[in-house]
Amino acid sequence: MSINPNLQGRSYPSGEVYDVGREKIREFARAVKATHAAHFDVEAARTLGYEDLVAPPTFAIIVAQRADAQLIEDPEAGVDFSRVVHAEQRFTHHRPIVAGDRLVAELHVDQVRSMGGGAMLTTRAEISTPEGERVATTTSSILVRGENQ
Amino acid sequence: MSMVLSELSVGQQIGSRSIEVTRQDLVRYAGASGDFNPIHWNERFARMVELPGVIAHGMFTMGAAVQLVTDWAGDPGAVVDYQTRFTKPVTVEDVDGAVGAVIEVTGTIGAVNEDDATVRVDLAVTAGGQKVLVKAQALVRVR
Repeated sequence: MSINPNLQGRSYPSGEVYDVGREKIREFARAVKATHAAHFDVEAARTLGYEDLVAPPTFAIIVAQRADAQLIEDPEAGVDFSRVVHAEQRFTHHRPIVAGDRLVAELHVDQVRSMGGGAMLTTRAEISTPEGERVATTTSSILVRGENQ
Repeated sequence: MSMVLSELSVGQQIGSRSIEVTRQDLVRYAGASGDFNPIHWNERFARMVELPGVIAHGMFTMGAAVQLVTDWAGDPGAVVDYQTRFTKPVTVEDVDGAVGAVIEVTGTIGAVNEDDATVRVDLAVTAGGQKVLVKAQALVRVR
């Protein structure tokens, strides 16, 4: 199995809406060992000026990886998930994600580069509300290892 | 938030932290994030794909490391940009009742941007004496 070089420039439309729930923010915060009160206590979040619980800075990965799944599961892409290693990640927040947000993500394949027997794939998820308000941009580079890599 | 831009300078340390990691932490992160790649919980599978053993999700390490910055900033929403490269995997040993890996995080101010009132915090992140994140940078808005 090898990466389809024609993937570069391809995009995948927004899939289902992701509803950001309070319990999911709390669960994710515990999972990354975050302890800030604004992730757990609505009053603490409101004191900081937010409408509801604030998501940790890497929470958007949940939404981004759902979008990435479209690419990984695309039989035309040729990505062997068991050989994927995460190489780079970036989050740019246009505004913080808070509980109650409804998010969609459009995925763009920005770059495909051959590396030895494998390939480096750079994708960008543009996360917004269904109404079009920009919320976050995430970029991920994954290395799909070739055999013996 | 009590930070004042004029009191911050390049090279200033924001603190450090040790993060203890167990296999249970990886299972919890898998569940919370939805990333169930077996390399993060199945030793047999991890070795089959030529990894040294079960490894932490890069996103677990990235997500846990930034807590130093959030706590320093006093506001998780102040982290407007956060990026890293993953260089070495964090192998998490399967040990009964003990810690499987320790991630060490130190933060230093790398830049103070007066024009948009942000500071860049550079994180040094190691496990077992090796750098696991490189160019780990968080941009923090100072109000």
